Amino acid sequence: MSLDKPYLDVPGTTIFDAEQSRKGYHLNQFCMSLMKADNRTRFKADERAYLDEWPMTEAQKQAVLARDLNRCIALGGNIYFLAKIGATDGKSFQQMAGSMTGMTEDEYRAMMLAGGRSAQGNRVVGEDGDAQAHRQPQGRAGQQKGAV
Amino acid sequence: MARITASVYTSHVPAIGAAIDLGKTTEAYWKPVFQGYDFSKQWMKDNAPDVIFLVYNDHATAFSLEMIPTFAIGTAAEFQPADEGYGPRPVPKVIGHPELASHIAQSVIQDDFDLTIVNKMDVDHGLTVPLSLMCGQPQAWPCPVIPFAVNVVQYPVPSGRRCFELGKAIGRAIASFDTPLNVQIWGTGGMSHQLQGPRAGLINKEFDNMFLDRLIADPAGLAQVPHIDYVREAGSEGIELVMWLIARGAMADIAGGGKPHVAHRFYHVPASNTAVGHLILENPA
Repeated sequence: MSLDKPYLDVPGTTIFDAEQSRKGYHLNQFCMSLMKADNRTRFKADERAYLDEWPMTEAQKQAVLARDLNRCIALGGNIYFLAKIGATDGKSFQQMAGSMTGMTEDEYRAMMLAGGRSAQGNRVVGEDGDAQAHRQPQGRAGQQKGAV
Repeated sequence: MARITASVYTSHVPAIGAAIDLGKTTEAYWKPVFQGYDFSKQWMKDNAPDVIFLVYNDHATAFSLEMIPTFAIGTAAEFQPADEGYGPRPVPKVIGHPELASHIAQSVIQDDFDLTIVNKMDVDHGLTVPLSLMCGQPQAWPCPVIPFAVNVVQYPVPSGRRCFELGKAIGRAIASFDTPLNVQIWGTGGMSHQLQGPRAGLINKEFDNMFLDRLIADPAGLAQVPHIDYVREAGSEGIELVMWLIARGAMADIAGGGKPHVAHRFYHVPASNTAVGHLILENPA
């Protein structure tokens, strides 16, 4: 009998369960290594060489190099681990979270100041909230896409 | 005998710690957050505990994917503030209470909860931000602290029901410690927030205030709320709120005593990506 995973239909959300954790083990442990200042220095000096020391998949390495956090999460990354990359880059948690929405930093910050993203339309895949797949990317980037 | 006099509940947003450490608490963005804790700082002085039992979660700091304990109790004599990638927070080291912590570990494990006993561990913002919010910036924290880390990083996290039952067991354990100590139990994390994916930034004021109402008046009912409701309504990281049920389960009314007094309640949006919630509940004397 398969496991009960009632969280697979939450839009714009990946739950870091045992399966994701297994896929992302080396990616997340690489992130963890950036807790040490020496490792941060070595990573910044030559990112590719540092990544090649880890038995990560090529797709995981490319996602890290591109700082594509959504892709990192799809490949088994967890945000609390990925945050170590952001810390190495000098980014705040708000900048990291915002980068996954397609919004600019100012747009994301303004959304939070206005009370944050509503749960309305964003509870289940198939509704029409702003976190749904058909409404990405968000913010001006999305409007420009629509205009083309 | 030791006695739980009060429980404290608060978010532990890392940006709050950074705002304190960088002297930004009076800036327009942060002022309303810290004003919500003015009462609490005075209350801490007026109701100084002998020990704080502090329920929090580690954010991939002390625990990587090498080991993922569901419930971990810190029994060490002291705990250092962790370097989370920005350098350690400039806050005092945390002094533990090994005697009470070991007593609680033994009692709670005999009560069928399989705790992991941790004798060496750095503590991250999950533990130090609540101390900063409640105590300000002292040279030393006002009393020993027992860190109690809950896994809310890798799913499945413990259910609200199990957290509430664990709180009851912790309450029994503290009540059976022979030294007369005034103990506070703190539950931290939350409130609604999501830090990942296109749904990042989710905030749900209605859910959060319902949670605060029910935590006060209907904790046993609230403990039945399943994980998926937290994820859908309060965001993937809002699931940290199950930790508040551990502290609530240790209060006197749950063991047949009198109802708690609501000394303070505060709610504010936003702090960085997160809704800030805060409660102080006092047991009847």
